Amino acid sequence: MSMSESASTPATSGPASQEGFSPTQQERDELRRHGILLTSLEELYNWGRSNSVWPLNFGLACCAIEMIAASMARFDIARFGSEVFRPSPRQADLLIVSGTVTKKMAPQVIRLWNQMPEPKYCIAMGACAISGGPFKQGYNVLKGIDRYLPVDIYIPGCPPRPEALLHGLMQLQAQIRGQKLTGPDRPRHLRADTGCAYPVPEFGAHDLEPPANPEVWQAPSLPRSG
Amino acid sequence: MTSPAAPSSFPSGLPSSPGAHVRAVHDDFHGDLLEVSMGPHHPSTHGVFRMIVTLDGERIVRLKPVFGYLHRNHEKLGEQTTYLASMPYTDRLDYLNSMTNNWAYAIAVEKLAGQAVPERAEYVRVILAELTRLLNHTCLAGFLLQDTGCSGTPLMYAFREREKILDLFESLSGSRMMCNFQRFGGCRLDPTPEWLAAVRQLVDGYGRFLDEFEALISGNEIVMARTQGTGVLTPALAISAGVTGPMLRATGVDYDLRKVDGYGVYPRFEFRVPLGAHGDTYDRYMIRILEMRESIQILRQALRDLPAGPILDPKAKNRGFRPKPGEAYGRIEGPKGEIGFYLISDGSPNPFRYRVRPPSFVNLTILEDMCLGQTVADAVIILGSIDIVLGEVDR
Repeated sequence: MSMSESASTPATSGPASQEGFSPTQQERDELRRHGILLTSLEELYNWGRSNSVWPLNFGLACCAIEMIAASMARFDIARFGSEVFRPSPRQADLLIVSGTVTKKMAPQVIRLWNQMPEPKYCIAMGACAISGGPFKQGYNVLKGIDRYLPVDIYIPGCPPRPEALLHGLMQLQAQIRGQKLTGPDRPRHLRADTGCAYPVPEFGAHDLEPPANPEVWQAPSLPRSG
Repeated sequence: MTSPAAPSSFPSGLPSSPGAHVRAVHDDFHGDLLEVSMGPHHPSTHGVFRMIVTLDGERIVRLKPVFGYLHRNHEKLGEQTTYLASMPYTDRLDYLNSMTNNWAYAIAVEKLAGQAVPERAEYVRVILAELTRLLNHTCLAGFLLQDTGCSGTPLMYAFREREKILDLFESLSGSRMMCNFQRFGGCRLDPTPEWLAAVRQLVDGYGRFLDEFEALISGNEIVMARTQGTGVLTPALAISAGVTGPMLRATGVDYDLRKVDGYGVYPRFEFRVPLGAHGDTYDRYMIRILEMRESIQILRQALRDLPAGPILDPKAKNRGFRPKPGEAYGRIEGPKGEIGFYLISDGSPNPFRYRVRPPSFVNLTILEDMCLGQTVADAVIILGSIDIVLGEVDR
């Protein structure tokens, strides 16, 4: 799971730079006890967004069954505000790549991602979506959806339990709560220099063309001594 | 955060123009027709199945299925791995029913090697297979009713029961879905008395769940209006297309491998084979409900008669297994139909040929015949009543 530790406590990220107004967490808690809630627009905005992440109703393989199970009564993804599985990518915020992405399916997955409006997030659920999993040696299996899409959360497992999906969703919520509205490290959807469309690979003579999106993924290089 | 990507030097950039999935075609007989591509991303296609339907108004005049969006090289990988290493892959064929997939594969290998199975293992296999049947049919009823438009509730009820069965599978095998439980010559682990008591408790309560489910659904006027008379399959077509399982029995053909082959210890149990009369979607739904009630009877008898003894043949060789050259076909009555594995051995640790006979792929071949003349909304529930799992269709 990829997240920064500071993102889990967004309340501490107050406007510390302004002179004379930098309440600590204790002071804020004290004020909250007196009925005064201190917040910033950024926190309020991210709090609202993180609690209404609508996933795309899109199942690929085995993991999709566990994704459905997570939305059912026992695991109840509605507790985290994500029970609204939208069949249309235009209404979805979160792409859960739940299962094996084959080379025939990969262009469709990326097309769906392109059709989703920003801000959007991607969870790679299960071993197949992360790396190809047990089918990695196969000639028709994409070795990880992160070759084409910017994956925010990786959930290992084959398939991951519904609790693991819920944990991944909570990590994603923490990641959303840590996003900045301004500044140089603001996320993709607030920058003017980025598009929300990613190149769709084509089915070439032997493999997908291109085999990866170099702006998202680079082949890992092993450090060599000497 | 990963770096953003701007469309730059790639050959194909943005998605194709809107509406590219719908196109008007002209036909001399029908006049203007509309061709609609449903899937691979469609909430009703049970995975990544795609059908290209040609419509005259709302009626289907042609239906072309497109497979292969989940082709995971199952058979090729089976030739490259050892016999035992293919067992976890069979879990992922029909990922709702890993236990029956395991059993069918184990039967094929046991035939190849001439391996005997202890009696206790045969009983445990029957218990697990019938629990799997309960699980599959419950989920199917939920998904089918979801397709008819009962949004949420039946599926919620179905998954509530599924979780109970998965708890049993998990406490026995360690995994919820991918159990990897059968071995050549028996089962991997011996169930404890506590586990058997838990199964008994579930079996005793399952009839009540079915009563509740049926009281809500089976006599529902809307369900009957939607499903009765839609997607009629004739016995002759079903037989000639090789359809098996509940799909075939819904047309009235009495063919159940548990009775025909009598594999395992099934001949020792008393159970009936429910048959349909009309071959429509409602019959296919009802057959599953009735089969679940028979499964409960089988489970009761198997739990009552479960003998003591070893769970795995002590002489069985699973690791380093090299059967003599030959071929074998093992099949069982899976929840979706006849699931079979065909193996050719050349004496090496890997099979020379590894072929799966997937029930839902064969059952899917008659989709067009059932859908012609029906509306698009009916095609959705007809597909739902076939009970496909794409991991098995595309392999």
